[in-house]
Amino acid sequence: MPSVESLSGIAPAASRAAPGFGALLKVELLLVLRKRADIANPLLFFVTVLALLPLGVGPEPELLARVAPGIIWVMALLATLLSQESLFRSDFEDGTLEQVTLSPQPLYFAVLAKTAVHWLVTGLPLALLSPLLGLMLNLPAAGYLCLFASLLLGSASLSLIGAVGAALTVALRRPGLLLALIVMPLYVPVLIFGTGAVQAAIDGYAYSAQLAILAALLAAAAALAPLAAAGAIRISVDN
Amino acid sequence: METKVEFQFASLADFLAMDGHGIYVWIAYGVTAAALIALAVYPSLRRRQLQRELQRQQRIQQRRQQVESDRIKTAEPA
Amino acid sequence: MAWQWFHRLGSPRWFYERTGVWLPWLALASLVLLTVGSVWGLGFAPQDAKQGNSYRIIYIHVPAAFLALAGYYIMAISGAIGLIWKMKLSFAVMRAAAPIGAVLTFVALFTGAIWGKPTWGTYWVWDARITSMLILLFLYIGVIALARAFSREQVADKACALLALVGTVNIPIIYKSVDWWFTLHQPATIKLTQSSSIDPSMFYPLLTMIVGFYCLYTWTLIAHTRTLVLQREWRTQWVQQELAEGNRGGD
Repeated sequence: MPSVESLSGIAPAASRAAPGFGALLKVELLLVLRKRADIANPLLFFVTVLALLPLGVGPEPELLARVAPGIIWVMALLATLLSQESLFRSDFEDGTLEQVTLSPQPLYFAVLAKTAVHWLVTGLPLALLSPLLGLMLNLPAAGYLCLFASLLLGSASLSLIGAVGAALTVALRRPGLLLALIVMPLYVPVLIFGTGAVQAAIDGYAYSAQLAILAALLAAAAALAPLAAAGAIRISVDN
Repeated sequence: METKVEFQFASLADFLAMDGHGIYVWIAYGVTAAALIALAVYPSLRRRQLQRELQRQQRIQQRRQQVESDRIKTAEPA
Repeated sequence: MAWQWFHRLGSPRWFYERTGVWLPWLALASLVLLTVGSVWGLGFAPQDAKQGNSYRIIYIHVPAAFLALAGYYIMAISGAIGLIWKMKLSFAVMRAAAPIGAVLTFVALFTGAIWGKPTWGTYWVWDARITSMLILLFLYIGVIALARAFSREQVADKACALLALVGTVNIPIIYKSVDWWFTLHQPATIKLTQSSSIDPSMFYPLLTMIVGFYCLYTWTLIAHTRTLVLQREWRTQWVQQELAEGNRGGD
C-alpha cells in the first residue's frame, strides 16, 4: 500500500499541470486510507471467489491452468466493479460533491483524482495479488509477468469506465446491480485484450501488441471517461 | 438479361416443409412477426390506457366537486 | 431565422400534430414492403446452394441487425441533441428508441440463433457478430434500466442520453475487439453470408425487406414518441382535448 508521503513527491508536479490536482489526490488518498475495510473488501472478494472456482469445476491442474487467465481477469473486473459503487457516494451524501461542482477547479481533475486513488487502492493491489492467485490456479509460468502487466494497465481503464457508471447512479438509493448492468458491456474490450495478452504469453507468442492496445484504451479512457463522469455528476447533483 | 422470378416450390406442403428446414424458417418468421406487431400495436394500447386514466381522473374530480357543493348546501340552513 | 424550423420541431405539440398525417402512410408502406419482401424471400427467391432453404432467414435477420445498430446511433444522437439544445422532444425520441432498438436486437439474435441450428448444428455459437449483437442488447438494456431507476423523468432523460453517448463511443471498439477475439479463438469457420457475392435474385427481396424495416422503424419510432409526448404533456389542455376526442385520429 503506498503511503501518503510517497505520493507527495508526485503532487507538486501534478499541481503545476493542473492546479489543485495534487491536493485533491492527497485528500482523497487520506480519506480512503482511513477506511481500511473498504480497501480490503474487494481484495478479499477477489481471493474468496477464486478459491471457490476449483470447488466448482474440480481440482485438475490442466483444467485450472486452462481457465486461469480468463477467471482471474473476470474476477478482477467484478472486484473493481463492486468497489466502484461507493466511489462518489459519501461525497454525494454529505454535499461535498456539490461543492466540488461549484468550485472553480475543473470537475475533470476532481474525477481523475478520485479515480486515480480508486485504482491505487483496488486495481494496483489486485495486480499485485494476481501472481499468488496464478499460483493457486496453476497458471503456466510464462503467463505471470503478462498477467501482472495486463492487470496493471487494464484495471486503470476499468476504474475510469466504472467511474462514469458510478457518477450516473450516485443519486439512486440502491445502484448496485444497475451499476453492473450499465458498466459491464463497456468493460468488454478491456477484458478481451487483457485475457488475450495472457493467453498469448502462455502460448509463447509476443504479447506486446495486446499490452499496447490496453495502454491505448487506457489513454482514451483517461481522456474521455472523466469528462463523461463529470457530466454525469452535474446531472446527478442538479437533480 | 432477365432473371425469371418464379415460385420455387412444387406444392404448398413443399413450401411449408422447405426441405426439412421449414420449422426453423417458420419459427424465425413467426417470432419476428409477433415482435414487430407488438411494437406496432403498443402505442395505440398505451393511448387507450392514457384515455381511461384521464376519464377516471375527471370522474374523481367531478365527484369531489359534487360532494363539495352538497356539503355547502347542507351546511347553509344551519 | 433559418433555425426556426428546428425550434418548432422541438415543440411536442407541433410534432404531434404534424406527424399524425404521416403515420398511416408509413404504416401502409411498411406493411406492403414487408409483405412483398417476405413472400418474395420465402417463396420466389432461389434456394441457396450451400445452406438450402434455411438461408431464407436472412431476409429478416439482416434488416433487423442493421436497424438494431442504427437504432442505437439514432437513440444516442437524439439524446445528444436533447443535452445540447435542451430539447424536450428529442429526449422523448431517445426514450422511444430504446425499447424499439432492444426488440430489434432481440429479433436479430433470435433469428441468428435459429439460423445457426441447421447451419452449424447448434443454436448458439460465440460468433463475432452474434456476440457483438448480444453486447448491443446489454447496452440497450442498460439504458432502459437506467431510465426506469430514476423517479424524475428529466434526470432520467439526461442520464440516459449520457449513457447512450458513452455507449456510442464504445461500440466501434467493442466490435473491433470482439472481431479480434473471434479470429483468435475460431479461425476459418463458416462465414454466415457472403454479402459481396450475393446474387441479384436474392438481393432484391433483401433490399425490399431492408427498406420495409426502415419504414417500420420510422413508423413505430414516431408512434412511440407520440404516446410518450401525450404522457409527458399530460397536464396541458391540448393533450386532454386530444385524448378526450378518443375515436378521431386513433393510431
